[in-house]
Amino acid sequence: MNISRIWATARRVLSQLRHDPRTIALMIVAPIFLMTILKYVYFNQPQTFQRVAGSLLGVFPMLVMFLITSVATLRERTTGTLERLLILPLTKLEFILGYAKAFGIAALIQAIIVSSIAMGPLGLKIAGSQFVFILVAILDALLGMALGLFVSSFAKTEFQAVQFMPAILLPQLLLSGLLVPRASMPRLLEIISNFLPLTYAVDATRKVISGGEGFGQDLFLIAIFLVALLGFGAASLKRKTK
Amino acid sequence: MANSIVVNNLCVKRDGNPIILDLSFEIRKGSIAGILGPSGSGKTTIFRAIVGVQEITSGKITVLGKPAGSKDLRNRIGYLTQSASIYADLTVSENLRYFSKILGTSEISVDEIIDLVDLGKNIKQLASTLSGGERARLALATALLGKPDVIILDEPTVGLDPLLRIELWKVFRLLGEQGKTLLLSSHSMDEADLCDSLVLLREGKILAQGSPAQLKSETGETQMESVFISLVKKP
Repeated sequence: MNISRIWATARRVLSQLRHDPRTIALMIVAPIFLMTILKYVYFNQPQTFQRVAGSLLGVFPMLVMFLITSVATLRERTTGTLERLLILPLTKLEFILGYAKAFGIAALIQAIIVSSIAMGPLGLKIAGSQFVFILVAILDALLGMALGLFVSSFAKTEFQAVQFMPAILLPQLLLSGLLVPRASMPRLLEIISNFLPLTYAVDATRKVISGGEGFGQDLFLIAIFLVALLGFGAASLKRKTK
Repeated sequence: MANSIVVNNLCVKRDGNPIILDLSFEIRKGSIAGILGPSGSGKTTIFRAIVGVQEITSGKITVLGKPAGSKDLRNRIGYLTQSASIYADLTVSENLRYFSKILGTSEISVDEIIDLVDLGKNIKQLASTLSGGERARLALATALLGKPDVIILDEPTVGLDPLLRIELWKVFRLLGEQGKTLLLSSHSMDEADLCDSLVLLREGKILAQGSPAQLKSETGETQMESVFISLVKKP
């Protein structure tokens, strides 16, 4: 593994983002906008705002990175740049780690800005530390990236890639305990939710916000999902095609 | 080692349909070889097989003495794809610097390549805003980075103006003199005359191969255009 090739790839991905200021603005502004709406939707139920907004803060980085990664890697496949790179000395792992590094940095910036605004002007209370919260957000973002990378290998067009969001992420969101506590769902759904990565992203975020213990286990499970999905993602990058 | 590329009995099928049928040819080190044929005749498939990204049905390809696609070949082959595989949302300089970092080449060599393809005034321009010819030159530049020993160029001069085409052919010649092996495809028959050896291709099969002079004397024609036509018509 060559660190300079990973860095070069991360810098390249970040340069691509930098040339697309509208996407950067949307990555930052959209979560703040949604948080603000939530704040006023639940204006008379501050407790519900605490619960829902807190959990959503962990979901945003995942959603955004899922979309960006699935479209970006699909574009690499369809424009031939991926094939071009794999002919060169770049390994699949270096390619994926380059992306992870770039999107990890993007997620860091997003998490710092969005959580600061949520905790400041919007009055969201985080009982745990903001530092741990940002760490969770980055892990969530990387999880979204890994999922995006994985599903992009099943998509032939950007239209299909975008449709994977409602197909892959929304069911996870519904079962994650964000809307209804998981324990009060029918048993079967609760069991299924145990096998979905987003469940642990929402759990960890909620625990950090409420100052509860035990988010370490959630983070551990997220890390396992992350490694497995990145492995599948790497396997889906084919050097040889028909 | 006299031959840089050796293709033996190459067959490629896609979804059961034969694309390349029992193809064999050799390309001498330091020569410029051209593959000519109408579109759909299998030129790109052959190139992809040589760089090692095409699944082949049977046959054997050796590049610089190693099986095609070997790890050792990864910084020794330059490949220009037919549709420019560059990052449209990066500038000319960012594109070249990224590919050179992956290859581990120096900054100086990037500047040399920029001069070679005459993109000096465009370095800060986004690739998406380049003209067709400029984009083709940028893609060519990425293929020449790192001074590869074998350079595969899929239609390198398509859409370029005649002056630039002459300039690029000077570059190709120079690379050949430096011992580099060039394999390129073209639609243009006047470019065929500039190659040291030719493989004429039709529907995945070799119609004829040899030097332009050999092919002309075999068919009794004086123009490459008529050589090709007479070979196609030959029973």
